[in-house]
Amino acid sequence: MAEKSGADILVQCLVDLGVEVVFGYPGGAVLPIYDALYNHPTIRHVLVRHEQGATHMAEGYARSTGKPGVVLVTSGPGATNAVTGITDALLDSIPMIVITGQVPTQLIGTDAFQEADTVGITRHCTKHNYLVKTPGKLAEVIHEAFHIATTGRPGPVVVDIPKNVQIATAPYAKPELKVHASYHPQTKADAAAIDAAVEMLAAAERPILYTGGGVINSGPQASALLRELAALTGAPVTSTLMGLGAFPASSDQWVGMLGMHGTYEANWAMNQADLILCVGARFDDRVTGRLDAFAPNSRKIHIDIDRSSINKIVDVDVAVVADVASALDDIIALWKQRNHQKSDLTEWWARIAGWRAKKSLDYAENGTEIMPQRAIADLYKACNATGKDVIITTEVGQHQMWAAQHFGFEAPNKWLTSGGLGTMGYGFPAAIGAQMGNPDSTTICIAGDASIQMNIQEMGTASQYRLPVKIFILNNEYMGMVRQWQELTYESRYSNSYSDSLPDFVKLGEAYGWTGIRIEGPQELEAGIRQMLETDGPVIVDCRVAKLSNCFPMIPSGAAHTDMLLDPSQVKGSMTDEAKALV
Amino acid sequence: MHIQEELSQRHVLSLTVSNEAGILARIAGLFTARGYNIDSLTVADITDDHAISRITIVTSGPPKVIDQIIAQLDRLVPVHKVIDLTEAGPFVERELALVKVAGVGEDRIEALRLADVFRAKVVDTTIESFIFEITGTTEKVDNFVGLMRQIGLVEVGRTGVVGLIRGKEAN
Ligand SMILES: Cc1ncc(C[n+]2csc(CCOP(=O)(O)OP(=O)(O)O)c2C)c(N)n1
Ligand SMILES: [Mg+2]
Repeated sequence: MAEKSGADILVQCLVDLGVEVVFGYPGGAVLPIYDALYNHPTIRHVLVRHEQGATHMAEGYARSTGKPGVVLVTSGPGATNAVTGITDALLDSIPMIVITGQVPTQLIGTDAFQEADTVGITRHCTKHNYLVKTPGKLAEVIHEAFHIATTGRPGPVVVDIPKNVQIATAPYAKPELKVHASYHPQTKADAAAIDAAVEMLAAAERPILYTGGGVINSGPQASALLRELAALTGAPVTSTLMGLGAFPASSDQWVGMLGMHGTYEANWAMNQADLILCVGARFDDRVTGRLDAFAPNSRKIHIDIDRSSINKIVDVDVAVVADVASALDDIIALWKQRNHQKSDLTEWWARIAGWRAKKSLDYAENGTEIMPQRAIADLYKACNATGKDVIITTEVGQHQMWAAQHFGFEAPNKWLTSGGLGTMGYGFPAAIGAQMGNPDSTTICIAGDASIQMNIQEMGTASQYRLPVKIFILNNEYMGMVRQWQELTYESRYSNSYSDSLPDFVKLGEAYGWTGIRIEGPQELEAGIRQMLETDGPVIVDCRVAKLSNCFPMIPSGAAHTDMLLDPSQVKGSMTDEAKALV
Repeated sequence: MHIQEELSQRHVLSLTVSNEAGILARIAGLFTARGYNIDSLTVADITDDHAISRITIVTSGPPKVIDQIIAQLDRLVPVHKVIDLTEAGPFVERELALVKVAGVGEDRIEALRLADVFRAKVVDTTIESFIFEITGTTEKVDNFVGLMRQIGLVEVGRTGVVGLIRGKEAN
């Protein structure tokens, strides 16, 4: 059998696994792999400006295409720079494979130049990780790594490859997939659980479908089945931040996002429901609010591919351990087989209409300043008017919540945001990754003035690969979300939340060869957005919004769903220590 | 504000795992990362080809936390099976301890007498000391060590618990 070097084996595996793009940054410990990629005919390498950027690009690519994202970084600082993105992918269940170079095996443990214990550091922020000590094992490991990253509950997998293993040769033949005998995620639900779920759904008087990122991860089929189940049952549908787009925002059955900045109707419907069908969500603290007051009179069914998510925070009545699409398919089939009919939910919907009438997402406008909510609403309108496919990414903060509230999503994989880890610096690289995977889509990062600076160096990457991404900054000159919490909790002592010394974003754009646009007042908003959408290349928009607006509705930490703050007049300015101590 | 602790129960968990580099760190790290307790942890390979190890963990926590611990362990790629011996029904648990006791005269005779009662073996002796080997449940070993403490205990080495379900089936 012909022998290949470790580096060539790796690249061959990537080709065999269908990898088209690798996001990476070179260094001493990956030079052999970079040489194997030199002028590669099918694998495109995107040279980032910081390894964290590479990880979020891979996440954006993965979340928008459904294919795993691949990252290549060097040992030591290359690997440690990737850790935030790896952790982000773990918390949001994003399939990602990170190849890290390592010092040669004989130097491991000697504090060699650029040595870091990558496997040790990433052990608890990956789904699995490997140190490959011989080229003969490499092919098998790479194939297993892709399998583990993409099946079951998806997640990041790190493969650490010492430099001598990249250079040494071994016989190579395309490997059979050999997976740990112990790895067998359950994807098909137990029949008894499906049976119980169907009967509870059919009997419910006040049902609600509480959906999450698992629906997106399960693939477009899961979103289609969710729509079918919603039609069959007539139940209202809400979603977590991560699940937006799985169910169309234009549907009458959509009650909006739930949780800390969710709508009044979504949170009240959760609170008053007699049956909650949780589909690929995980009862996160941002969703439940005060636990002992969470949906007190409901029975709960939880569909999740990860058994450890079930009963972790909230005890449920029926556990359906399965892939979302498979479970929904089974539920729908049995519902039809039993000839169940839609219950009469008139009374339930009347109550929901009452909550809706609060119009909890409304905001006051003064005509002189751009309200951030208005900026998002206008952006949404303008995007719709283009008729083009639009992908939205966000950074983290108030702008992220306003985007979730005021931009309507009709389809899955169009909304990319850092939910679990809440990583500022995610959104812009994620937009670059999404644009790589979707060259014909309009990709817009809705950013804050502070967050955008966390990975702003990637503007060079977008310029280099001629990626026409748009950055739309809601510039309030504050870390608005921090300021908002300080107003709620610390009597408006704005400790270090003012964005001092901001750069001139327009000039910064120009320095990178981008188009820069500044929008200063309401009368410029529409035209500014239009210009951004009509400009072919990358555009950065500095949209000056009202500096002190806050994001409502809000369930302050430690409060129940029924204790939402709807507007600033309800803010007291301080909190008990118990509430302060919550995340 | 003060932080409240929840009531805990002791559970013995038995895991079979692929015997690969880092597996122990993975498991021990999961406990620290998620704030679970480890009272003891033992590990040794148990198959001819050294491919599989059994890890026995004694942990404690409220029922919900124990359930989470099992689910979290089960989700690790190299973990084959997790059994909660405490829940799965009658099981045998043993640990071994080496107990060094020094003394002369009446204390020395009392040490030997107690060792006999506990069926501990003398595995080393000098004119002034013994090392006893004792096996049994954690409670039995605790009792033995507690008595020895009063008559010249020098030091103790314990293996931690191993356990198996009773009956003829493999688990
Ligand atoms: C890496 C990181 N550091 C700190 C935080 C805490 N944090 C959350 S929101 C926020 C402020 C974000 O400000 P900006 O990007 O201007 O958004 P705005 O809230 O003003 O819309 C901070 C500091 C975080 N989420 N991520
Ligand atoms: Mg800001």
